Amino acid sequence: MADMVVSQFRADRGRFRQRQFFSYLGWALSTLAFLLLGSAMVWILATVFLRGFDALSLTVFTHVTEGTGGGLLNAIEGTFVLAFGGILLAIPPGLAAGIYIAEFDHGRLASTIRFLADVLVGVPSIVIGYFGYITMVVGLGWKFSVAAGSIALAIISLPYICRTSEIALRQVPRAVREAAYALGAGDGTVTMRICVPMALPGILTGVLLSLAISVGETAPLLYTAGWSNYLWNGHLTNAPIGYLTYAIWAFINEPFASANALAYAAALFVTLFVLAINVISRLVLDENAGWRRRARR
Amino acid sequence: MLNFRRVTALLASIVPASLIAIVVFLAVYAWPAIRLNGIAFVTDNSWNLGSLYANPIMVRGQEIMPGAHYGILFLIVGTLLSTAIAIAIAVPVGVGAALFLAEGVPAPLRPWLSFMVELLAAIPSVVYGLWGFVVVIPFLGHHLYPFMARWLGFIPFFGGAPGSGYGLLTSGFVLTLMIVPLITATLRDALVSQPAKLREAAVALGANRFETLWKVLLPGLRRVLIGSSILATGRALGETMAVLMVSGNALNYLPSNIYTPISTMASFIVSQLDSALEDPTGMAVRSLAEVAVVLCAISIVVNGFARVLMYYEGLSSRVV
Repeated sequence: MADMVVSQFRADRGRFRQRQFFSYLGWALSTLAFLLLGSAMVWILATVFLRGFDALSLTVFTHVTEGTGGGLLNAIEGTFVLAFGGILLAIPPGLAAGIYIAEFDHGRLASTIRFLADVLVGVPSIVIGYFGYITMVVGLGWKFSVAAGSIALAIISLPYICRTSEIALRQVPRAVREAAYALGAGDGTVTMRICVPMALPGILTGVLLSLAISVGETAPLLYTAGWSNYLWNGHLTNAPIGYLTYAIWAFINEPFASANALAYAAALFVTLFVLAINVISRLVLDENAGWRRRARR
Repeated sequence: MLNFRRVTALLASIVPASLIAIVVFLAVYAWPAIRLNGIAFVTDNSWNLGSLYANPIMVRGQEIMPGAHYGILFLIVGTLLSTAIAIAIAVPVGVGAALFLAEGVPAPLRPWLSFMVELLAAIPSVVYGLWGFVVVIPFLGHHLYPFMARWLGFIPFFGGAPGSGYGLLTSGFVLTLMIVPLITATLRDALVSQPAKLREAAVALGANRFETLWKVLLPGLRRVLIGSSILATGRALGETMAVLMVSGNALNYLPSNIYTPISTMASFIVSQLDSALEDPTGMAVRSLAEVAVVLCAISIVVNGFARVLMYYEGLSSRVV
């Protein structure tokens, strides 16, 4: 009897040790997994920041690109023109789609739009760029242009704006809508005067995030916006335009130190901009979530 | 009648319309190439623009340059293999990081460390390319790959010439970093929002924290993991700039080991359009459009499948 108890106890202790070992191993491996990702992140940022700040000078901001040197003024300007153009084009249909899915989610159309928006997120950006090339650059004869580049970016931004505004609108309590409808307000008033203002932080976050995506995109612009060494002449079609991500890709392959410096500086600008937007939107969302928690209480 | 709801619906249908337009216009533009190339497009291994200074000839009702032949098997293989490597690394690493971020860190640090991993998804593709090109490739090509080829050479495809650093494995590594946040963030959120009852029941039965995660919470999230991995696959398949800058842009040959240069469908479209424009018959540009059609079709199928899977997962958890 005593022997059995002892052997049972030994067996349990062995099992316990085994379980403990398995748990420690699990924690060790998952910590390692996180450290791998974290160190990659630090490595990328360190590379971009160290080399980028080394490459900075006043010329970068004040001069346009000249051959393999000069500055990035044309690219900085072009990036903002293209990204804002894309966002401005994407907001009306994107927001409308978000509103339709969130507010009038009764029929087939809403779920179809949502599903296709989700699929559109997954369409590779180069495919959208090539679509822009054959339809707008060649088909409509716009050549490399601001219009073609902005429309390509708008198509990329659409599903993001749509889904983030849908999510933001769904968080507006139903009682608010019921109260407004009970007071005799119509669909337009309830949506535009009450729900959209309440969901505005979430919607703006989505807009900001798609602005960050637009600023970081290269593939859809290569064959729609082209590249130009000069400042934008204000024409929407038939005029190519420069942008920062092109400078990163093209100038890092050049054998000249001056060109490489421009690539590093461009990478620094793009990364800083994207990081800033992500940090801001994270803070806005946290703030917003806090507000909602307090309101619920 | 034009009321608010209808105007919204009209504007909203621009979103699905643009997806449909992409597919239709690409397919229509590529149609002559599809007819010319037939099935050989995906089974042959030669992308050849033909003799560009000769007179065009007629083949199967289409005007092409003599000797022109379009087969993209090497692109399909390169795309699938680099994606497979990325997923094979990203799933275990992503799950590990999600477990760590959901339970392993002190609560005050959690949002910051999670944010750090999610930022990996925000870094633009071309910045990954820059980093890979400038820093990672010299390191891998000079140190890690010769070492791996020497000591892991007994594993099939790990031996042979370690190459210069450009190639299949490097593309896989870079793609891993780009897609892993998708898996980690989705899984972490799902882990955190699992009902507290499950956790309490597991602890009451004597499970420790890791066993609770691994044996109780994680098995319930199998579909979330599968769904997010498929979404990540879709992203990896279509990734362009980073792969373009680190893959070595191989033309017309299949990889012989994991260090061999490759090319993917997405990056091939970027690297080849300039030379395709030299073809006076335009068939090369149309064949590139066919590459885009194939890529688009693959990503639509992959994404659609993942969304359907996630949709049913969301539905079932809402019902419970």
